[in-house]
Amino acid sequence: MTRIFKLGFIGLVLLYVYTPIMILVVNSFNASRYGNKWNGFTFNWYEKLFENDSLMQAGWHTLQVGLTSATAATVIGTLAAVALQRYRFYGKGAVSSLVFVTMLTPDIVMAIALLILFITLGIELGYISLLIAHITFCLPFVIISVFSRLKGMDMSVTEAARDLGANEWQVFSKVILPMILPAVASGWLLSFTLSIDDVIVSSFVTGPGYEILPLKIYSMVRVGVSPEVNAISTLLFVGSVVLIVISQLLLRKRGSWK
Amino acid sequence: MNKQFNQFRFWAIGLATSWLALFVLVPSLMVLVVSFLTRDVDFLIKFEFSLAGWESVFDPNFIALLWDSLSMSMITAVICLMVAYPFVMCLMGLPQRWRGIVLFLLIVPFWTNSLVRIYAIQFLLGKKGLINEALQFIGLIDKPLDMLYSQFAVIFGLSYILLPFMILPIYSSMERLDFRLLDAAKDLGATTKQRLLRITLPLTLPGIIAGFLMVVLPAMGMFFVSDLLGGSKHALLGNVIKNQFIQTRDWPFGAALSVLMILLLSFMLWLYYRATKMSNREGGINDSNF
Repeated sequence: MTRIFKLGFIGLVLLYVYTPIMILVVNSFNASRYGNKWNGFTFNWYEKLFENDSLMQAGWHTLQVGLTSATAATVIGTLAAVALQRYRFYGKGAVSSLVFVTMLTPDIVMAIALLILFITLGIELGYISLLIAHITFCLPFVIISVFSRLKGMDMSVTEAARDLGANEWQVFSKVILPMILPAVASGWLLSFTLSIDDVIVSSFVTGPGYEILPLKIYSMVRVGVSPEVNAISTLLFVGSVVLIVISQLLLRKRGSWK
Repeated sequence: MNKQFNQFRFWAIGLATSWLALFVLVPSLMVLVVSFLTRDVDFLIKFEFSLAGWESVFDPNFIALLWDSLSMSMITAVICLMVAYPFVMCLMGLPQRWRGIVLFLLIVPFWTNSLVRIYAIQFLLGKKGLINEALQFIGLIDKPLDMLYSQFAVIFGLSYILLPFMILPIYSSMERLDFRLLDAAKDLGATTKQRLLRITLPLTLPGIIAGFLMVVLPAMGMFFVSDLLGGSKHALLGNVIKNQFIQTRDWPFGAALSVLMILLLSFMLWLYYRATKMSNREGGINDSNF
């Protein structure tokens, strides 16, 4: 009896988590514009979506920022995680607390801090400012994801490599990198999803000349219900799910994560 | 120790360190500085010391708004806790493999666009939304309830978005709980309630505090939730900060509000470390949870 109750409660919570998303997905195929009742199946909204040039443009921008910022964050973050694991250096404790604090800082605080910086330095709000902001909030996730992988590994192989005459770069590229590759890939995927999903930070640090998808969606849904948004949201949701599943599978592989 | 060795080490340490210094540390200090400067209509700020920004924070009119925002975030956190804690306890009854699957199902939506999910809630809470239709169908109500654009809707949306952030730290502290303690207590005659109140709760307190930390602060910042579900009538701190920077252009005031949020973050971190120390074991937030 209690077992049924427990399973029921878990099921209820999961139902609660998925219901709104399911409504959205169903409505994206619903011929009724306002989605109150089912008026039959249609691909109309998806067609409208691909005809909407400004939405497509915003989507392209989002991909651009997502790909570049995830890649940059992964490069910097992976190197940082290796450095934190392998080297002793002055201020190491400070750097790791900074990583931790960066991750916990509320988005809105990071957003205005960066806005103040950009305005002070005279950096134009647009692609570059978005890129810097996205790299910054993705960085801690990459560092932590790679670092936990490194922690679970047997590092004696790197000593063996050193003894056999490899220099630090060779140790990194030929020994460490292949071992941590799943975590690096997972860090990249997480960064990419964080980047394409961000609303709060982006809304402060981008200018009118460079519109990205979440902000475009935001301005559209503030006005009212729009079926194209249902369609694009469904696509975004499916895309994120695919990426997150891949990234989790990568982490589980050879399971030294945790 | 050849030259290349130094080079790799230099870049590995230098890149991230300078990035974090330039784009996290320096801007944060700038926020602090700006909160003590003078507002300027033409140039946003004037380099002149002023407490005006902080005076606005403690303005009686504003305090009410601040309280409103803080209480909505706190209620959100309490609701998340009331769902998350029993949820985790139920979860612990499942075999290890199933726990992983359930947690995975839980975090999938949390990596998807939160704006889109908030927008989806409009369909759920609307007058012709799923909840109203369902309640009418089973005959519990005659007329649709007016749920959207209210404080209730904002809290509903915030708890929806932030629930996983409460579940994960509680789960991780529950996982570290030594269940032999509970068996021992049971053998010594403790009731279920006693075991919960005197063993489970105190030992998972770090997880609860970590959950609060990860729910309350983001909840205060999510301006789009208040915009889409509260009809902008029930402002969160994030809405106020956004207004100061985008519309009213009162930067010192907006900066002071951000400093306030950082102070709140520090206070909660301090609470967390106290609680971890007290329960004498590793708790919710550390790198293994992410």
